Amino acid sequence: MMMQATSATTSAMFEALRQKLGSQVQSVRADREDEIYLLLSDPDIRPLTQHLRDEFGARLVTVFAEDRRAAKGVFFNYYVFEQKDSAPYLIVQAPVQSDSLEFPALSAQLPAVNWQEREIQDWFGLKAVGHPNPRRVALHDNWPDVYPLRKDFALETMLPPFEGERHIYRPALGEGVFQVPVGPVHAGIIEPGHFNFAVAGEPILYLQLRMFYTHKGTEKLFEKLPVHKAVFLAESISGDSSFSHGTAFCQAIERAANIEVPLRGLAMRTILLELERLCNHVGDIGAIATDVGFVIANAHASRLKEMMVTLNEQLTGSRLLRGMVCVGGVRRGWDQAQLDILLNAVDSFAREFQDLISLIDRSESTRDRLEQTGVLRPDKARDLGIVGVGGRASGVDLDVRRDHPYAAYSRYPFRVPVYQAGDVWHRMQVRIDEVNESIGIVRKAMADGLRREFRVPVPAIPSDRCALSAVEGWRGEIIHWIRTGPDNHLERCKIKDPSLNNWPALVEAVQGNIIADFPVINKSFNLSYSGTDR
Amino acid sequence: MFKILQKTLSTGTVTVNYPAQPARISDRFRGRPSFDFEKWKDARPAAEVCPTGAISLSDKGDSRRVTVDYGLCVFCGLCAEASSDQAVHITQEFELATAERSNLVLTAEYALNADRIHDGLRRVDRHVVKAETDVESLGQKARGTIHKILGRSLAIREVDAGSCNGCELEIVALNNPIYDIERFGIHFVASPRHADMLLVSGPVTRNMELALLKTHRAMAEPKVVVAVGACGISGGIFGENYASLGGVDKVLPVDVYIPGCPPRPQALLQGILLALGRLAERLHNDRAG
Ligand code: SF4
Repeated sequence: MMMQATSATTSAMFEALRQKLGSQVQSVRADREDEIYLLLSDPDIRPLTQHLRDEFGARLVTVFAEDRRAAKGVFFNYYVFEQKDSAPYLIVQAPVQSDSLEFPALSAQLPAVNWQEREIQDWFGLKAVGHPNPRRVALHDNWPDVYPLRKDFALETMLPPFEGERHIYRPALGEGVFQVPVGPVHAGIIEPGHFNFAVAGEPILYLQLRMFYTHKGTEKLFEKLPVHKAVFLAESISGDSSFSHGTAFCQAIERAANIEVPLRGLAMRTILLELERLCNHVGDIGAIATDVGFVIANAHASRLKEMMVTLNEQLTGSRLLRGMVCVGGVRRGWDQAQLDILLNAVDSFAREFQDLISLIDRSESTRDRLEQTGVLRPDKARDLGIVGVGGRASGVDLDVRRDHPYAAYSRYPFRVPVYQAGDVWHRMQVRIDEVNESIGIVRKAMADGLRREFRVPVPAIPSDRCALSAVEGWRGEIIHWIRTGPDNHLERCKIKDPSLNNWPALVEAVQGNIIADFPVINKSFNLSYSGTDR
Repeated sequence: MFKILQKTLSTGTVTVNYPAQPARISDRFRGRPSFDFEKWKDARPAAEVCPTGAISLSDKGDSRRVTVDYGLCVFCGLCAEASSDQAVHITQEFELATAERSNLVLTAEYALNADRIHDGLRRVDRHVVKAETDVESLGQKARGTIHKILGRSLAIREVDAGSCNGCELEIVALNNPIYDIERFGIHFVASPRHADMLLVSGPVTRNMELALLKTHRAMAEPKVVVAVGACGISGGIFGENYASLGGVDKVLPVDVYIPGCPPRPQALLQGILLALGRLAERLHNDRAG
């Protein structure tokens, strides 16, 4: 179905879906080869979802909404699907009437979109009818009834002081069961969020989360900034993924405006995306080791991370790779001196990384603590829609770099590690394997890194175009979806960081573990609060 | 075990001796932009590209007021690229921490010609934007101060009041073997009750306001507050909106501001040492009073 999106296949697809679903399917259009839009006549996505899952094994990637009342008199929900071994994304667009403000929830069948449907409720004031847990998620309970992503809500609105509870937690019942509340300010230097553990003695019965403490109006702010400034906002969605989010954003604009980035620009992006992965993976490996008391390993890991961060600065002027990606390519090329530094740094990193791994491999006690700890079973991971490192350690074989190639990835074959065990050890193992693959990718891409142009001039961005962009950040699948507006501005910018999918994985993985193991389990997912909360 | 020892020995000492020796940083590092106000012919292209509004203009009749706020700057370098008159340069300076918010703001007033190009500099208000105190001597004094006045170590409680986590990455890096902040007797602690210094990254979100206030309240006097990064100083690119209150000083009195996006570890260290000086003064006064 989604194999190819020439006009012949889109019309064949249209006919097939028409036969199956009748007049609910209004039209099919391919905005570009790998991005097909299907318009429904009503908001009931359930039969189509069932069909796509049963017949095509499709996966629902993300769900989001847009206020189109001014242009079309309705809101739209968008459901993004992908199919294994098939490059195009299918985006189903379903109107939500502005008088009823209701749409049927999918979460009862698809727990993976639980939070995302509630986010639509909170930010647009559309009701997910039949949602198993329709409480607020993206705004705290003490907020007034405001719908920030509606067009008639101004970004600058100053809300009155909040009163009352932020969130009502389910009570922990039963003899000897009690609640341990933690956060939003945590013991270490990490982002804020609230964890509420119900424990029976040592073991954790269940964990309730209260996120969105760092919500700062990012998606709304995207609607106010000209595109060239919005690139910097994209870099600030999650600081540790500055380059990945920046690239996802620039790609979306390039797709909307038909801008073709020259190969050298694509190769440089690929290298920098992999350097971001290297930095963060080696940092996480060290952090996991620390949490089980192997501090020497962390000393080496954080030294290696610093080495790569220093390299980042040599290549981009910024330790976080900021201010480098731009619409049309990258802002600066590299000279021979920089390429030499890159080559040397990657060589010594590769050598020292092997030393680090052999230290960890020889530490029986580390392995002991990490194996069978924080297990996320493959069936659960699939049901919850877990992506990225956490997914691949639990049998979810997804990687945007391979499945929907972007930048220059199709030129540099690599292996995607997948394990079934789903414990902390294997989440670390996925990172180790990926570091080795990344080193390979960087070396291959360097051969493309010297030639020709790295940037093309950017024309005025055409108005009212939609585009979806995906990047495999070091955590997992990042999605940006935009609708362009007049004067190089955006009408809408949807951001999905992989963290948003993956918090439920943490909830699942800690059950039955002792509370003392929570830090290492949490670290093994290492999700971004800011990426979640925006 | 032998393997671990062998690796440790072969690695040797990696800690850098900043601030006793100047920071060894890459020659590609982008620090603060500097402005040659006499030479500047047109501030419009720079203001137009500046992503955070760190450069802003207000034209009245035949005069233009240009404001540069390092408290908003993310060191992106676009202003230098956009200014064809060679009046804006990217430097490698990063030691910008200061106790006065106003020290981070420069203003200039120009007469304008018919094409709205600068036609003479009328006035410039140029604070000396450079390390407020000599960082090297700050560093040397730090150990003594911590030992003598605090009688133990300096304890810092860090709070992320809504950041993108970029600032946290650099704060965490202060603890790595390269920067090793503990060599000064400076520790990050879990409980605000043990802390002398509150290090806050921003912007402060509506949802973190209360937690930040409570953390501050839980600290014993005397205490100092340090605002980290463009967002902590001013709200940065997020500014003020329905969900963001802006900079830390919207909520708490701030003693030291550390510019950067994020500030590199040496810049954080400079700001922390500067704040340590303020803390020592306050302790001294408390005892004297
Ligand atoms: S370097 Fe600073 S002042 Fe210059 S454009 Fe970037 S943010 Fe604005």
